[in-house]
Amino acid sequence: MSLDLQITKTQGNFTLDVAFTAPIGVTAVFGRSGAGKTTLINAIAGLIQPDAGHITLNQTPLFDSTKRINTPAYQRRMGYVFQDARLFPHMDVTQNLRFGLRHAPAGATGPSLDEVADLLGLTPLLNRRPTDLSGGEKQRVALGRALLSRPEMLLMDEPLAALDGQRKERILPYLERLKSGAAGLPILYVSHALEEVARLADQLVILSKGKVAAAGSIFDVLADPAVAPLVGVRQAGAVLQATVTEHGADGISTLHLKAGTIELPGVAAPIGNRVRLHVLAQDIILSRERPEGLSSVNILRVTIKNIRIGDGPGAAISLDAAGDQLLARVTARAVQDLNLTEGQSCFAIIKATSIAASSIGR
Amino acid sequence: MMLDPASWDALRLSLLVACTATIMALPIALWVAWLLARGQFRGKALLSALVHLPLVLPPVVTGYLLLIGFGRAGPIGKFLYEVFGITLAFRWTGAVLAAVIMGFPLMVRAMRLAIEAVDPKLEQAAATLGARPISVFATVTLPLIIPGILAGSVMGFAKAIGEFGATITFVANIPGQTQTLPSAIYSFLQVPGGEDRAIALVLWACVIALTAVALSEWLAQRVAKHIRGIENDT
Repeated sequence: MSLDLQITKTQGNFTLDVAFTAPIGVTAVFGRSGAGKTTLINAIAGLIQPDAGHITLNQTPLFDSTKRINTPAYQRRMGYVFQDARLFPHMDVTQNLRFGLRHAPAGATGPSLDEVADLLGLTPLLNRRPTDLSGGEKQRVALGRALLSRPEMLLMDEPLAALDGQRKERILPYLERLKSGAAGLPILYVSHALEEVARLADQLVILSKGKVAAAGSIFDVLADPAVAPLVGVRQAGAVLQATVTEHGADGISTLHLKAGTIELPGVAAPIGNRVRLHVLAQDIILSRERPEGLSSVNILRVTIKNIRIGDGPGAAISLDAAGDQLLARVTARAVQDLNLTEGQSCFAIIKATSIAASSIGR
Repeated sequence: MMLDPASWDALRLSLLVACTATIMALPIALWVAWLLARGQFRGKALLSALVHLPLVLPPVVTGYLLLIGFGRAGPIGKFLYEVFGITLAFRWTGAVLAAVIMGFPLMVRAMRLAIEAVDPKLEQAAATLGARPISVFATVTLPLIIPGILAGSVMGFAKAIGEFGATITFVANIPGQTQTLPSAIYSFLQVPGGEDRAIALVLWACVIALTAVALSEWLAQRVAKHIRGIENDT
């Protein structure tokens, strides 16, 4: 089960020219506005026709310019969750959900309306009209409607972009639940918010000016020094997986990493849970010696894998922490002064408060 | 308001012609409106011009063109008579044809505007959920344009009631057969002392027009409320 594509599409003086594979799980497509994200997702859905190339879902060609195949949108079985929800205004929530169900192919199986309503917390909203729903509620209904059309793949175009931080926080857990629940579906998640991507994605494709600038596992891509300028140096940072081992009475929790333990405030996940940490590159300090007498206790022994001196005064350094990958950003001068070289062993200090609560995903 | 038998006939005929014309034109107008609003094909501008032609031509010219085309000797009229035994010229059925042609641009216009007001993004969303184009139209577009369809129908109906020039040219003004309400008013005004009969019909014309507008307003409001979901009447 996977989506495989290679397409080109020219619109005005913009050309989209991409190729990648999206396996089961969440593949995030990240890029600034104008990078071609929506053009890409609309081409996959069949709403626009690429100039050339192919789109294949589970070995079935949906588009192939050489074989003149172009399956219409209504036969592609793509569950598309639009940025603006696009609920039908003349139908209530139940009718919107049933619309997906009614047009699902005969014989296709999947969760029932009740199960989807339960998963997405829609049961109290079933008799409401779209006009009476908040932005987050609309998005949940749109997601439920897409799931009930029995899709073979989910396409999500910035589903949280229209929501403020608090509402985003309320819907993210549903997406995380969906990720673990709807096993066997490739999910393409288009976003320009690295926070969401770091929290949800398994694979990451970075689009820049219509081309794939980087692609691979989220852990590898975000730890790549070359990617830092693409996502913006302030946002750049690797994603780590950690296990919650203890919740202290003072509100500080202990998390276990491969290279040791770190202490963080504001961790809500129960003990034993795996959580994701998005550690910003600018919040890591490097030291040649194990530092003593620091207020931070989050010190990991790391090995320098790769140093990339940027155009400006900064340098991005990828680090190996007993198999976990980290990305640090220091000044080029510091690289020189500390005489940092690839393969060298040193210590990374992570400021506990620098990991925002919102980036501590399940 | 009391009417003499000739006036009653004219009133009855006008209502019959207007209702028949509106019902017959409705599906075709809707189809053409959809083509003009959503279709992408060669000759779209030509179709649009053709549909709007009766609006800009003098009605007498339209009527005369109908007579040439649909008269017993005309190419289409001859075909209809020989194959189906249908005669249009100088019959009430011809008045229906004239009303359809004259009301058509008004109906298409109202419906086209309504279809264009439907966000194509909703139709795209329906397609990604697996709905075929015909199903998208029936379940998404159509319910959302009902106010426009009603408005278009009222326009078409009003035009059919009031149509004079094309009708009198194509089917003449035969009392009891092709004399519609406007033709009757015209005839009454041609004879001395006919003003009273004319005024009676004028009043009836006003009543019909006002009723049609009020009815469509009421229906449109109900539909709009239903669409917006203010009223939960299921």
